[in-house]
Amino acid sequence: MQSNETILAVNHLKINFNTYAGKVKAIRDVSFDLKKGETLAIVGESGSGKTVTTRSIMGMLANNAVVDGGNIQFHDKDVLKMSERELENLRGAQIAQIFQDPMTSLDPTMRIGRQIAEPLMIHKGVKKEKAMAQALEMMKLVGITDAENRINDYPHQFSGGMRQRIVIAIALINYPEILIADEPTTALDVTIQAQILNLMRELQDKISTSIIFITHDLGVVAGMADRVAVMYAGKIVEYGTVDEIFYNPKHPYTWGLLSSMPTLDTNSAELASIPGTPPDLLDPPKGDAFAPRNPYALKIDTEQEPPFFKVSDTHYAATWLLHPDAPKVTPPDQIIKRQEKFAEMQKAALAKAQHHQIEEEEEQQ
Amino acid sequence: MAKYLLKRIFYLLLTLFIVITVTFFLMKLLPGTPLQNQQKLSPAQQHLILKQYGLTKPVWQQYLIYVGGVFQGNFGTSFQFSDQPVSYLISSRIGPSLLLGIQAMILGVIPGILVGALGAIKKNTWVDTTTTIVSILGISIPSFVLAVLLQYFVGLKLHLLPIADWGGFAYTVLPTIALAASPFADTARFTRTEMVDVLNSDYIELATAKGLSKWGVIYHHALRNSLIPVVTIIGPLAVNIMTGSMVIENIFSIPGIGEQFVKSILTNDYPTIMAVTIVYSVMLMVVLLITDIVYGIIDPRIRISGKSN
Repeated sequence: MQSNETILAVNHLKINFNTYAGKVKAIRDVSFDLKKGETLAIVGESGSGKTVTTRSIMGMLANNAVVDGGNIQFHDKDVLKMSERELENLRGAQIAQIFQDPMTSLDPTMRIGRQIAEPLMIHKGVKKEKAMAQALEMMKLVGITDAENRINDYPHQFSGGMRQRIVIAIALINYPEILIADEPTTALDVTIQAQILNLMRELQDKISTSIIFITHDLGVVAGMADRVAVMYAGKIVEYGTVDEIFYNPKHPYTWGLLSSMPTLDTNSAELASIPGTPPDLLDPPKGDAFAPRNPYALKIDTEQEPPFFKVSDTHYAATWLLHPDAPKVTPPDQIIKRQEKFAEMQKAALAKAQHHQIEEEEEQQ
Repeated sequence: MAKYLLKRIFYLLLTLFIVITVTFFLMKLLPGTPLQNQQKLSPAQQHLILKQYGLTKPVWQQYLIYVGGVFQGNFGTSFQFSDQPVSYLISSRIGPSLLLGIQAMILGVIPGILVGALGAIKKNTWVDTTTTIVSILGISIPSFVLAVLLQYFVGLKLHLLPIADWGGFAYTVLPTIALAASPFADTARFTRTEMVDVLNSDYIELATAKGLSKWGVIYHHALRNSLIPVVTIIGPLAVNIMTGSMVIENIFSIPGIGEQFVKSILTNDYPTIMAVTIVYSVMLMVVLLITDIVYGIIDPRIRISGKSN
């Protein structure tokens, strides 16, 4: 399903919030692109700017938000420059969103069939009866059992997992090109999480949509994403394919995130954590924002912001450790194990490719 | 639903019975007798009259006789107006009171909801500030002060509307405004608070993400959800209007039951006090019953007949 066609490009986005305390620099120069049919995960702690980023793509920033620069290109148009009217036509039709808490994201006084049908009626002008028939189809597609009898039920008659399926049905009814999933499983218990993630993967294949998947849970990312962007303090600090981020991370913040995730081979009694708290974005620190919490911080980190260093064609990380002149540091044990595994994976891939090449050569002969 | 209604009506009757009992004994504790303004009568004459009305019997006997009468639809005869049956007295006076009450309710609640919703939608703008000031004024100015101000400016100075008395729509305007001010302010404030909450909720965000316009979101999703709690204050607002009417009817000389009630308390007209109390209680309980039913209609989560899963 994946292709190289870029359908969304966020370029040097900067967003500030005017508050009583001052200007909060929530997004500080974020750039990424989204390819057709792929799943891009944006990972980071609360307050790192993940949600603000997605809200700006939907044109749903709070009133006190000020775009300080950059653009969001979607089909040759800058979302940030769209009129309210254009944004309304975009939302729910070409870009749809799933929210974090299914218990509160459905209108408690509207029948769910109507709620699912609503985007069809708004955007495609479908008549109510026809829209309801399509809503019923969508309910079946997202796995709501006994859909015929439940189409006229109210949200409180459904469990959390079922409600999230309904929210997904609402988002997908217009077959959007981009689906933004903002922590869609955070409020659900683990077994339901797995079901919802499976459902999202299935539906992505069926309706070929691109997904921006926002989460703070790396465990969820591994099974979902094609590419991962790690955000910290309003910036992307590292991005790459899911294998590159998981098995060959370069940024100390990514190391910290991965080390604080329990794995099957974690054998130490205590789970690692990243010391300290994210910086105050009212007055972001000079240099690398992660430096105060970074045990591998160099002197230059407190003075100058690191640029992106290229690791591979798809993998970039913003850390001075990648500078040719930087001292060699030893990452945490867990990361070393991961990197060993990555080396094996690459060797295997290389061997397979060579084997393939040999076969092809043989065939040619 | 029918079962629920029957149950509610049973409770309504039970409450009414308790109200009758409590009011009866409280009324007997009032100082004085119905004849306190008739000093010219000799004690023997007074005793004779009291005996004629059955007021010399022990209080518990009077109570039983009264309750027995009420169950047969007999509310006794007024002491104040020579031998008029109380039921006639009330039925001839309830019209103006009901008319004023209903007008005040409509004038209070509907603009209150609109103004409150507008304040919430235009939060932190001059619209919001203006509506908040108006509703704070409405809450803090007592209805009788507003009544006198209206009489002075609109009636006496501008000669736009009659100052007092009863006869046609023009006479109802000032008392209705005076009565409606406080319910209007309450509704506006309450609606604003609810609407602000609802507009910040996740399902409004989802509705926006669906591509609905701002007013579409408000009309289809926000309004109904913020009106649910507003329905609950209609009961207390009705009480507000009923008690307000006693004062307002006196100020505007309106021949309603509020005015009657005040007169009958001043003259210890026991049967009239009792009857007006019963009428007020029934009206209030019916309003509460209606609001509960309406509540069930607009909020599916508390619908009674629902098949629950």
